[in-house]
Amino acid sequence: MTYLSDVAALTRKDLRVELRARDTLPAMLLFVLSTLVVFHFALPEGTGESAAYGLLWVAIVFTALLGLARAWVPEHEHGVLDSLVLAPCDRSAIWLGKTLATLVFLLAAQAVALPAFVLFFAPLDATALAGVLLADLGICAVGSLVAALAAAGRARELLLPLLFLPLAIPLVVGGVGAAISPDGGRYLLLLALYDAIFAVLSWASFEYVVTES
Amino acid sequence: MSQGQYVAAAYGVVFVVVLVYVAIIAAKLVRLEREAAELVELARRRAGGNAS
Amino acid sequence: MGLALLMALFVAPEDADQGVSQRIFYIHVPIALTAYYCFGLGAWKALRLLWRGEERYDLESYVAIHQGTIFGALTLITGSIWAKASWGVWWTWDSNQLVLFLTLFLFYCAYFMLRFSLPEGPRRARSSAVYALFGVALIPVSFLAIRLAEDFIHPTTFTREGPQMTGTMFATFCVAWAAVTLLAYVLYRVELAGKRADRDLRELRELLS
Repeated sequence: MTYLSDVAALTRKDLRVELRARDTLPAMLLFVLSTLVVFHFALPEGTGESAAYGLLWVAIVFTALLGLARAWVPEHEHGVLDSLVLAPCDRSAIWLGKTLATLVFLLAAQAVALPAFVLFFAPLDATALAGVLLADLGICAVGSLVAALAAAGRARELLLPLLFLPLAIPLVVGGVGAAISPDGGRYLLLLALYDAIFAVLSWASFEYVVTES
Repeated sequence: MSQGQYVAAAYGVVFVVVLVYVAIIAAKLVRLEREAAELVELARRRAGGNAS
Repeated sequence: MGLALLMALFVAPEDADQGVSQRIFYIHVPIALTAYYCFGLGAWKALRLLWRGEERYDLESYVAIHQGTIFGALTLITGSIWAKASWGVWWTWDSNQLVLFLTLFLFYCAYFMLRFSLPEGPRRARSSAVYALFGVALIPVSFLAIRLAEDFIHPTTFTREGPQMTGTMFATFCVAWAAVTLLAYVLYRVELAGKRADRDLRELRELLS
């Protein structure tokens, strides 16, 4: 029970910081909308809907990257991470809290982006939406860990996309497949499998990433 | 190009890469050797200094 | 080492009489398999590092992954040449194996970027170890993903008709496989020894000066 309340407290902290500073979310919203507009001009006339779904996923992944790049910045600027690590809570709670906070940001960005996508390009059915949700889980779970890895290095803004994109390839496959394949269930299964494997892995290994010695 | 040339190219590429790799390792080894010699010299001088 | 090279280069292609381009198989597949278990070995050492906290596993994991990346790059090159020889194009998204290796190659290049951007120390060791573990989890998942992706990228599934291997071909394949494995193992030992000597010498220099 204390674990869950720790996680909830950490998530609330992140959301409150964001509400006060308004650093990340407006940027993500603007970015995803501009990307969609750019895509309209990047797609030649008559390319069909399939290409649009692919581009939606490019937009989602890069928007998530934008959010993830900011994920650990407040902690680093104020040296909070070291004190959090010393705090008497399970370290994986820090990861889970960050993952949930990032998930909230990403969902908020998509709450705008997906209707805009439907309006501009092509309809989304229930399977596609389920794919988006499942992929969001995977993106945030893996992303918050990888962002913590990258945050320790020099040039972390450069490092994060490099570390994250190869890991995101199965997610894109699953997401696009769920949107355009007539048999979307298999892709949802793939996404769920990915989420399960990588969530457990990130949960178990986060401790090693943040502890100092 | 004929099929045979492709086969030769594939094996050749592997050979060249392994060769380059070995060469790099050899170069490293030479550097290590030089460093070791330097350190031995240093240690010897120090030992000599202590003795005298 | 010389023996391993000789075997890989001269013993392996001794037969394979049907379709000359088939011969690339004897170098391509063993190298691919070797790359896989180099990555596996790297992840295993990484796991041991996290579990036991012994520092020597860091170098072992790093060297194994370094090896794996080199063999992965070779797999990409030989695979590309094979594709050109038998299908007439340098790159084909039809071959699951090649696409998977491209993904892995990108992933492990990122591993090196990560490693070189972190300051040396136990933290770097553990961060790289965690990322290496992600790598082995990524292999089966992306394999599955790429398999699935095939049917929306290419609705007509490409089936490569694998001719049944005859006895001598299989023997050659086994010899080639053993040779490449041996080569990888020897290179692994050599590089590891070099890296360890380098570390020891640096320590010695600090002690002396």
